[in-house]
Amino acid sequence: MLRKILASLLAVLTLAACGGTETSTAMSGAPAAAEPAGPARIVSISTVATEMLFAIGADDKVVAVDSLSTFPVEAPVTDLSGFEPNVEAILGFRPDLVVLSYDPGDVVAGLEAAGVASLLQGASMTIADTYIQILALGEITAHAAEAAALVDAMQAEMSDLAASVTERDEPLSYYHELDDTLYTVTSATFIGEVYAMAGLVNAADPADADGSSWGYPQLSAEYLLDADPDIIFLADTKCCAQTAAAIAERPGWETLTAVSTGRIVELDDDVASRWGPRIVDFLRAIVDAVNSVE
Amino acid sequence: MTSRSLRSPASRGWLSGPVGPGRSRLGVRWLAVGVASVLVAAVVGVVTGPVSIPVWHVVLELVDRLPLVDVDSSLSVAERAIVWDLRAPRVVLGLLVGALLAGSGAAYQGVFRNPLADPYLLGIAAGAGLGATIAIVARLQDAIGFIDPVPLAAFAGALLAVAAAGTLSVRRGKTGSPATLILAGVAVANFFTAIQTFIQQQNSETLQQVFAWILGRLSTAGWGEVRLLVPYAAICMAGLLLSVGSLDVLAVGDEEATTLGLRPRTIRRLVLMTASLGAAAAVAVSGLIGFVGLVVPHAVRMVAGSSHRRVIPLSLLFGAAFLALADVVARTVRSPAELPIGVITAFIGAPFFLLILRRQSTA
Repeated sequence: MLRKILASLLAVLTLAACGGTETSTAMSGAPAAAEPAGPARIVSISTVATEMLFAIGADDKVVAVDSLSTFPVEAPVTDLSGFEPNVEAILGFRPDLVVLSYDPGDVVAGLEAAGVASLLQGASMTIADTYIQILALGEITAHAAEAAALVDAMQAEMSDLAASVTERDEPLSYYHELDDTLYTVTSATFIGEVYAMAGLVNAADPADADGSSWGYPQLSAEYLLDADPDIIFLADTKCCAQTAAAIAERPGWETLTAVSTGRIVELDDDVASRWGPRIVDFLRAIVDAVNSVE
Repeated sequence: MTSRSLRSPASRGWLSGPVGPGRSRLGVRWLAVGVASVLVAAVVGVVTGPVSIPVWHVVLELVDRLPLVDVDSSLSVAERAIVWDLRAPRVVLGLLVGALLAGSGAAYQGVFRNPLADPYLLGIAAGAGLGATIAIVARLQDAIGFIDPVPLAAFAGALLAVAAAGTLSVRRGKTGSPATLILAGVAVANFFTAIQTFIQQQNSETLQQVFAWILGRLSTAGWGEVRLLVPYAAICMAGLLLSVGSLDVLAVGDEEATTLGLRPRTIRRLVLMTASLGAAAAVAVSGLIGFVGLVVPHAVRMVAGSSHRRVIPLSLLFGAAFLALADVVARTVRSPAELPIGVITAFIGAPFFLLILRRQSTA
């Protein structure tokens, strides 16, 4: 069984490699529960993996999730930190699989030393990478069929939403705000890819033309005023308490078309930043905003 | 530190006193250079940015803002906002913050007679960081809608840290030596940083915002921040300029100062309080900007001598020009992306700092 899991995982990864997509999935250690049922005690210290595990029906195996895994509400939230994972605290939940998105302090190595398998799934760079991560989670947790069904459903919904976008001669431009010091995304991120599906053009692309900021530059305020994007999406409503009213108060922002016409969309930070199953909700919010523009 | 800088405490004017005519001219010349560099930095700062706006139109726009003057700058609404609401306050804030950090740094170095002292020595950075973190974590923005509480909390934290260091260094009602004060400052800074780290760890979802604050906020500053800073800047600058004579006497030694009728410990406290007030206010609106308080006073000493009559006013001027120009680099070098200004000042400041260290060790 173990061999089968690894073989199918390898197949998924190879598929990704052939598709030219850089994948961010890395498996470490032999899954202890090398039984047909898959691992029986999963600890997720990745908010995105938590959402994926629940969406593919592996929720009954999940015994603990990190403090920020607040979705879905049924997730067994603990004090575990995803930013500074503590191997000992994780082992306290007696997991046979640990899923993480970030390994700052050799957590994977620590778990391996303790004989616990781990799956490291870093941040997606593309929507395709999200699907690959879901499929890989499905393989490892013995929920491959549900994972495949989820990916099919997501892909269908995403293309339906993209098809429902109103046609227009000139594409609309947008600015996606990550925090109130104007950190933003370019088209090179999976977030940018979701916007592109709604036919939007990113006003911040010149801020990281060479990709040296990994698609997450801090935009100059005056450049933004000059670029005057058609729609402003706020993905900092939770982190930084930003609202349409608050940004209208910023110096000079009253001159922005999006502010004077009220085309400011307050997003849920989590939906707009997690590369999990809810990217469909993210795209829906964008498409609704785009279609409401005359 | 030479006999020339020794003078009676009565002569407080920064160019007055028994300075030879040649030295005085040197002082006036550097003063003129300092004022000119501030003006150049201000003009460069207002006309430079990611969005290219013709210089002449920018000038007309600024002239139009003068009272009783009405000219047509032929700028679009967005361009006017860029010049007046974004660039102008950013330049003014850069000048004020640079002046405060460099002036405070010069005062700290004078008081402690230690070339490596900087305005953050007594825990201002740690205190401001803790204050800002608490304000961000406690979501005070939601509670107080009309004003941004983060700078105020940072200001309070910074002053609290310095006050704590000052209080802890007092033993049996007697103020301790400068070394005791520095050690108390180090202890307080570490303690505050520990609390900040603990709070951050408990609230990791706010990490991004805390770091964004620490890296400096000149990029999103407006006239609101300028208005917050101006009163403290005025008090601090006036206080520092008034203290130059006393600082020069202290430079000779406590005993000499006492025989001249000065009270060294009282003066030290007053100067430190003034400098800390300014540095705390600067940090509160701009985040932590390193090296300005260290590099600028040393550069000034190299060219204009070590008398505080020169070092303090020239540090204020050159610190202002330096930071305003560093901010121009911050917003143009990766345009239209921003670089944190602390990166620029450290990039220039760190090698300079090493240069000073080498000079110190060979001297």
